[in-house]
Amino acid sequence: MASLVIDDVSMRFALRRGGEVTALEHICLEVADREFSVIVGPSGCGKSTLLRLVAGLEQPSAGMIRLDGQPITGPSRDRGMVFQSYTLFPWLTVRRNVEFGLRIAGVSAAERAEIAAHFIEQVGLKGFEDAYPAQLSGGMRQRVALARALANDPKVLLMDEPFGALDSQTRALMQELLLDVWEHNHKTVLFITHDIDEALFLGDRVHVMTARPGRIREEIPVDIPRPRTFDVLTSPAFTALKRSILAHIREEAMRAVEAAAP
Amino acid sequence: MCSKVVSHAANEGSGARRARIASRVASYFAPKTEIPGRVYATTSALTAISVFAAWSLLSYGGLVRPDFLPTPGAVLHAAWVTLADGSLLHHAWSSVTVILSGFILASVLAVPLGIMMGSFKIVEAAVEPITGFVRYLPVSALIPLLILWIGIGIEQKIAVIFLGTFFQQVILIADVSAGVSRDLVDCSYTLGAKRRHVITQVLIPATLPGVMDTLRVTMGWAWTYLVVAELVAANSGLGYMILNSMRGLFTDMIFLGILVIGLLGLITDQVMKALRAWLLPWAART
Repeated sequence: MASLVIDDVSMRFALRRGGEVTALEHICLEVADREFSVIVGPSGCGKSTLLRLVAGLEQPSAGMIRLDGQPITGPSRDRGMVFQSYTLFPWLTVRRNVEFGLRIAGVSAAERAEIAAHFIEQVGLKGFEDAYPAQLSGGMRQRVALARALANDPKVLLMDEPFGALDSQTRALMQELLLDVWEHNHKTVLFITHDIDEALFLGDRVHVMTARPGRIREEIPVDIPRPRTFDVLTSPAFTALKRSILAHIREEAMRAVEAAAP
Repeated sequence: MCSKVVSHAANEGSGARRARIASRVASYFAPKTEIPGRVYATTSALTAISVFAAWSLLSYGGLVRPDFLPTPGAVLHAAWVTLADGSLLHHAWSSVTVILSGFILASVLAVPLGIMMGSFKIVEAAVEPITGFVRYLPVSALIPLLILWIGIGIEQKIAVIFLGTFFQQVILIADVSAGVSRDLVDCSYTLGAKRRHVITQVLIPATLPGVMDTLRVTMGWAWTYLVVAELVAANSGLGYMILNSMRGLFTDMIFLGILVIGLLGLITDQVMKALRAWLLPWAART
């Protein structure tokens, strides 16, 4: 079981020159056990901040986040995270990167090697175990980051625009690979993106977020059957869902423009 | 190169060939562009040969008085004589001892302090006022104080090298450690790392390449402080040798001293470079 509840969370940052800015306002969101949930929103809407709160890297100004009923107070290995920037440890080989969390947790060398080999194979990097991150392409680095997060067997996998820095061809391949990996282990996932296609292709449920202050505007279940392949991108169901999300975002953008006008 | 192309080039008219050569030469002057290794090596060799040729012309040609500019032969002779009586090695060893002692002492203290300063704001707040002030002080301005406080023995010379490198190292290494990506640290937290893991398993390894670069650069600076360190009450060392030779107008010895310092500096630099490549293969420069 791994159900995540974000209960009326707000986040305000104090500004250096005085005053404060509200990044998140009254966010309520639930991710069911084994659900692949996606938050989609424009840049600057605070979606990364929300994910950092779930990771425990920051504390909310108000509200509470619970994992299986337990309030989150700080970072922990039960919430693994894949970042948008490349966060592999450059001094460690692929294998040692994947083993990082296990080594800290005191898992025996033999068991570590076995787990690492399993996940390295699952992300298709067999044969690259002894390579250093500098020798890998961007897509390969993010695959190692995924394997590293999964090797820890977290309850929830948090993904902060993990494919945002990749070129579009690589991104498409990575999305398929992620789904393939997810079909194997069905982790509870909270995934963040600004790409609507990505959100609909990956998610069981898409939460549309608005900008400044960030709120959840709409919650859209994606009833496209799995396993999904790239054909779904052109299916009528997909197009209809995309149209409805675009309408929400457009409305929101219009409101922002009107609000900004004098 | 393909033989067909070569024969074709041989057959083309001299005008066309000249144009080709002209365009190739022009390409050597395009900014940020690689040039063939052969061209690079030849150009470097030409510079070295020209300097040597100019030196020979001025000294052997009698254009400059030998008191001012010794001939290459005279410098070689001085090297031969001082090598034979062991004095050159004695002076060089004495200087190397001073430099390595001062440098190692500075590094041992500066590396941890710099890493802490770049990673912990509280340490930065505590150390910054001192490093910020001292970094612009010329070390030579502190020599009178050093003599007063610790005398004129080898400790004073080591202290000069120490002061000349320590504060620069702290600031440079603090900068390196402040540059470690925040995401890298956060990521290790989400993998279950505690604060002590973050320090020992993330911050320290992440700063190592920058630390090695800093040590290499400041090692070069340490050599530049050598003459200042041996300015006062020294009775051995390359700096002492140079200063002492000035009194008797032994310019050949001065040149020898300068060449040996340059050479030793070059050797230590290459050693540091090799050490970095060997210790940190993952951070190799491409």
